Amino acid sequence: MSGDPKLERIAKGNGLALCATGTWTASFAPVLERMVADAEKLAGGSQSIFIDVSEVAKLDTFGAWLIERLRRSLTQGAVEAQIAGLSANYSSLVDEVRRVRATPVVDSSAVTITGMLEQIGRAVAGVAGTVAGLVDMLGAVLAAGFRVLIHPRSFRLTSTVHHMEQVCWRAVPIIVLITFLIGCIIAQQGIFHFRRFGADIFVVDMLGVLVLREIGVLLVAIMVAGRSGSAYTAELGSMKMREEIDALRTMGFDPIEVLVLPRMLALVLALPILAFLGAMAALYGGGLVAWLYGGVDPEAFLLRLRDAISIDHFIVGIVKAPVMAAVIGIVACVEGLAVQGSAESLGQHTTASVVKGIFFVIVMDGVFAIFFASIGM
Amino acid sequence: MAQETQNAIQDPIIRVRDITVQFGATRVLDGLNLDVKRGEILGFVGPSGAGKSVLTRTIIGLVPKVAGSIEVFGVDLDSSSTSQRRSVERRWGVLFQQGALFSSLTVRQNIQFPMREYLRVSQRLMDEITLAKLTMVGLKPEVADRFPSELSGGMIKRVALARALSLDPDLVFLDEPTSGLDPIGAGDFDELVRTLQRTLGLTVFMVTHDLDSLYTACDRIAVLGNGKIIAAGSIADMQASQHPWLRQYFHGKRARAVMG
Repeated sequence: MSGDPKLERIAKGNGLALCATGTWTASFAPVLERMVADAEKLAGGSQSIFIDVSEVAKLDTFGAWLIERLRRSLTQGAVEAQIAGLSANYSSLVDEVRRVRATPVVDSSAVTITGMLEQIGRAVAGVAGTVAGLVDMLGAVLAAGFRVLIHPRSFRLTSTVHHMEQVCWRAVPIIVLITFLIGCIIAQQGIFHFRRFGADIFVVDMLGVLVLREIGVLLVAIMVAGRSGSAYTAELGSMKMREEIDALRTMGFDPIEVLVLPRMLALVLALPILAFLGAMAALYGGGLVAWLYGGVDPEAFLLRLRDAISIDHFIVGIVKAPVMAAVIGIVACVEGLAVQGSAESLGQHTTASVVKGIFFVIVMDGVFAIFFASIGM
Repeated sequence: MAQETQNAIQDPIIRVRDITVQFGATRVLDGLNLDVKRGEILGFVGPSGAGKSVLTRTIIGLVPKVAGSIEVFGVDLDSSSTSQRRSVERRWGVLFQQGALFSSLTVRQNIQFPMREYLRVSQRLMDEITLAKLTMVGLKPEVADRFPSELSGGMIKRVALARALSLDPDLVFLDEPTSGLDPIGAGDFDELVRTLQRTLGLTVFMVTHDLDSLYTACDRIAVLGNGKIIAAGSIADMQASQHPWLRQYFHGKRARAVMG
């Protein structure tokens, strides 16, 4: 390298002459920019302006552009600044740069109050769109389901079984572990507080009713939304990004039938199974704590449990599971198919899938609670 | 031009010695040697699946090799320190086959990404240089605020080249730069690579299948087969070669059409 770049003024009658030397490349860009900004102040009042570049040792796009920028800002009125001493090697680069029309960048990202209000308005209006999208997907899935009922051969059994393995079989260890722990905690807290009234044994009633009616299915649904809902959105989203879904469509396949239906079906079958396993694990954990910590021996626990709960409690819990599974599946698939071309969009929709999935699961649980209360179950 | 290439310093800018790359039991590159001279445009051809992209990715350091050594700018990439490696990486640009633009950034942000990392210059200068690069690769300034998903295949290639050239590198790797471009666009692209090579003293390592590019843009051609370089030389050497694949490649129907 031939030393640091310089830009010096050399005397030349009543004209302005600047002499550039050294290496005018990207590595020196900050220095070059400052020098050029200083030299730009010399504009005006000269009859002729020359920029001598014959001493420049090395030139790249950064250097060439800065010289061109200097030439443009020195050019005022009738006096045009000239570049002199350009070597043949670099003349095409300078010509290339001369074609650039500098247009100031419009920064549209400014934060204004109206902009914020507009965003809030759009978000509220978007809620209606979200609901419409979900209903739309529900309809499409049901229509595809009826088509499959009429032509059972178009049903994708392999795919459904594969997804069953992913969302059900592989989820068993983590679901059982977490519900077991929750059962333990509920029992421990119950015993700790009930003991003050000498009502230790009522912990069995609380555990039975709570786990079978609410906690079992709700907890499992939330975990499935996080575990499988996000996976569905990411799978469908990346297929959308790589035009795989468009490819399916052009081959005459319905993406809903090929991709969404097997996933939905797998989830609707998996969630009741997982909810049942989860409830059993929670009861087992609760029973264990009641025995070891509360001194309620297993026989007494089981006897009390039989008195405290009826089959109704179990049905109330398990009936909710397929409905929650359908909600999680629909939200996940809608979000997956809404992914746009960028990696960022995939992340946003996966987040939205989990958040909305959990939200709707809890809303559904509330609706069920009102329903069962009014029919007296 | 030819004289200039000869006057250039003759030490190789890339020196590949005895490299072997293996995926499981398949040996893709088997004791391969290759030199790329400063200031030349090397066209790299070979049958599909012969390992052209693998060699490119091995040189860049994306694919691990079993044996052999690679020197770029005289730096042995295996024994170099992190800072040496970074300075080498700052001096090369890579155009990936699919463009590999960052999908969540606009075209402008994509091109400015390396500048932001390596140079401390004002936003104004970065914007102007971005504009200059876009003009150089034949795109309109309006493209700057679009996202990669809103670009056509040819535009993605051009933006990716603009990003590869963002820091004015000494060496660029082009992986099938003209595939997916229309013939006029491809011709412009070859011309562009030539211009940049001339003006910036660029060394170009170009994996290509485009016979036009080989004829119009490349100074030298290297042919990959059976994990080794089976021939390297000028286009005339290639045409004179008796190797069966080369004969088919350079004397086939398409080659005759290109030669007119």
